[in-house]
Amino acid sequence: MSVTTHDDTHAHDHHDHGPAKGFMRWVTTTNHKDIGTLYLITGLIMFFVGGAMALVIRAELFEPGLQYVDPHFFNQMTTLHALIMVFGAVMPAFAGLANWMIPMMIGAPDMALPRMNNWSFWLLPFSFVMLASTLFMDGGAAAAGWTLYPPLVLQTGHALPFTVFTVHLLGMSSIMAAINIIVTVFNMRAPGMTMMKLPLFVWTWVITAFLLIAVMPVFAGAVTMLLTDKFFGTSFFNAAGGGDPVLYQHLFWFFGHPEVYILILPSFGIISSIIPTFSRKPLFGYSSMVYATASIGLLSFIVWAHHQYTVGMPLAGELYFTYATMLIAVPTGVKVFNWLATMWKGAMTFETPMLYAIAFVVLFTMGGFTGLMMSISPADLQYHDTYFIVAHFHYVLVPGAVFALFAATYYWLPKWTGHMYDERLGKLHFWLTTISVNICFFPQHFVGLAGMPRRIPDYAVQFAEFNAMSSVGAFVFGFSQLIFAYVIYKAIQGGEKASSEVWEGAEAHGLEWHLPSPPPYHSWTEAPAQALISDLH
Amino acid sequence: MASTTKDAYYIPHKAQWPIFGSIGLSTLLAGFANYLNGHGFGSTMMIVGLGILVTMLFGWFGTVINESENGIFNHQVDISFRWGMMWFIFSEVMFFAAFFGALYYTRVLSESWLAGDSSFSYGSTKELLWQGFTAVWPNNGPGHVGGLEDGTFHPMGAWGLPALNTLILLSSGATVTWAHWGLLAENRAQLIKGLIATVILGFSFVLLQATEYHEAYSEMGLTLGTGIYGSTFFMLTGFHGLHVTIGAIFLTVVLFRSIRGHFTAKHHFAFEAAAWYWHFVDVVWLGLFIFVYWL
Repeated sequence: MSVTTHDDTHAHDHHDHGPAKGFMRWVTTTNHKDIGTLYLITGLIMFFVGGAMALVIRAELFEPGLQYVDPHFFNQMTTLHALIMVFGAVMPAFAGLANWMIPMMIGAPDMALPRMNNWSFWLLPFSFVMLASTLFMDGGAAAAGWTLYPPLVLQTGHALPFTVFTVHLLGMSSIMAAINIIVTVFNMRAPGMTMMKLPLFVWTWVITAFLLIAVMPVFAGAVTMLLTDKFFGTSFFNAAGGGDPVLYQHLFWFFGHPEVYILILPSFGIISSIIPTFSRKPLFGYSSMVYATASIGLLSFIVWAHHQYTVGMPLAGELYFTYATMLIAVPTGVKVFNWLATMWKGAMTFETPMLYAIAFVVLFTMGGFTGLMMSISPADLQYHDTYFIVAHFHYVLVPGAVFALFAATYYWLPKWTGHMYDERLGKLHFWLTTISVNICFFPQHFVGLAGMPRRIPDYAVQFAEFNAMSSVGAFVFGFSQLIFAYVIYKAIQGGEKASSEVWEGAEAHGLEWHLPSPPPYHSWTEAPAQALISDLH
Repeated sequence: MASTTKDAYYIPHKAQWPIFGSIGLSTLLAGFANYLNGHGFGSTMMIVGLGILVTMLFGWFGTVINESENGIFNHQVDISFRWGMMWFIFSEVMFFAAFFGALYYTRVLSESWLAGDSSFSYGSTKELLWQGFTAVWPNNGPGHVGGLEDGTFHPMGAWGLPALNTLILLSSGATVTWAHWGLLAENRAQLIKGLIATVILGFSFVLLQATEYHEAYSEMGLTLGTGIYGSTFFMLTGFHGLHVTIGAIFLTVVLFRSIRGHFTAKHHFAFEAAAWYWHFVDVVWLGLFIFVYWL
């Protein structure tokens, strides 16, 4: 099957509706690639905004005592850093990848519901402006942590209703994006592209989308109760009226636990795409990967209270949530072993995407193991709300989700722009990032185990050295990301032309490598030939 | 263009309505937030935002209805709409699940903990904090929050207006199905009659619900602020009432479209979407009737 035949068919099909010109192109676009680009750029910008907040936190924690910011502002920073990184950086970036790649991977012309696709993106800038504006309000932004626990969060000043409505807007955006992705995958697959032929990235996103539709409304409901408790006299979280503040924690984590899998499942999909390409082998255990992803998705709904071991629960609850949580290690282990088995005896090369993928497997697994430690409720009584948990979730989210996003960017950037990125700068970015991320987060395990609490701007002097190390790592990590932004800018501007398959042998791993680089404005207006699909592995 | 013929999947271009939606919705919400914070201009912002949002809804739905009537959507597009609607309803179900979850959690677990159930609190909560509180549902908490002057209130019984409302909603489920049979049999008169009956029943439900609320507020000491019972009662039935109103408006639009001759026996996604939504609202009500009013 020759690639050029396809290029020709597409070239003349589409000359009549290429992109519109100017700014309005981006405001009114219904094109999956345009919207994907908007999502990705938004994610990158918010990554730097949230990162700047992290550096405020690490600057303050560089040494004991209060240096730069007052404690209330410090707490606003921890809260907004988390909300922005979760909802502003990682989720939009994954949605951007889904938009760009899913139609190309399944042989579809575009997403199933293109207008709604536009709206799900264009709610985001408005929500982020609303969230950022809370910093300048009476009483400052929300400062109770991203979990927004009452009664503390109810002490927020004018920012409270704005924060609640930001969550509503972000929730609507995510739900619409998720519905679009599910409908696209269920209804827009090319003939012959059966569910068990789908690339793992598509599978993981389908399950992620299901999680999003199931839990974002619950979060919306929980923050609505915060709003009515504050302004309309309800008693959901007020014991005097018969309510219970712990109820909020249950509602939040019923959302929050699936949410952390929303942040990691698409990463699994990305890693499962990259490792086979650079090992020059098919993915080991494809169907077990699909079932493992589905199991993780289902288990995510029944383990939430492991975030609440210390708040007070009947003994049966503590035991149940401990055992259920430990079960998650099984499907996750299946995935890690499958990645290792894929690399086993492969003809491996180590371009930047592969470096990030390997670092992901190693470092994410470490984050997973600390998670296993904390799943044991009696042990967690020691770790709870210390820097140990901070180290744990940053290991799964930074060298986990964020590394997967770096890997994906380097992997698909030549496809998107038509130019190879600068491999030398990519490797520099990788080594600086990987070393600094460990300098930043590894010492946090030690201070956490020794009892340093999280979300506090000051600490006992015995923690000084490890905190100083951590801050140095954080600043190196933060500034290294400027290289990343520059590599992307440079690849957009020009560079060595990328072929349609980009990576040696990639054509066997996905339909996207059969389209030219950059691909035409509309991906597959005619379904790809059956032979293309049956040749995939 | 290949993408506007019936054999290809329709991909619209230049969507101007979503940005209206974003501007309208965020103006509405920012206005509401300002209103809650006690700023006078908040309510003006809300009205402006709502105006933009309603304009967007008219414009967006109008565009899609025109496209549909012009035969642009092929079978595959129709299936996308159906999947989309189903998953949207699922998200709504999960929104109600949060409030039902709150109801079950308080009724089954936290009430008895608050009253000193020894399996959890070893009896100390009651002694130290809320002496004399016994967990009998319905209640407005050990602090007797809200209610009449003496802190008591009258809970809403199941067998007055709520039972009548159950009857109304269940009948409306039947009439909308009868209308659907009319549409499938290409009997336009039956379709229209069935829809008129459904819409009337729907708005009657809302009217009776409003009467019930009025009675609760003016005579029974039962308000949104009446402890956990008032909170769960009004938030659950209130959000349900909002959804009934939306569903009834949806059915009204479908009714007017039916009168104008829209829909065929094979091509009537909007009708089915409205009917699905209506059945969803119906099922939520049964849950409410059992767990909020009756048990």
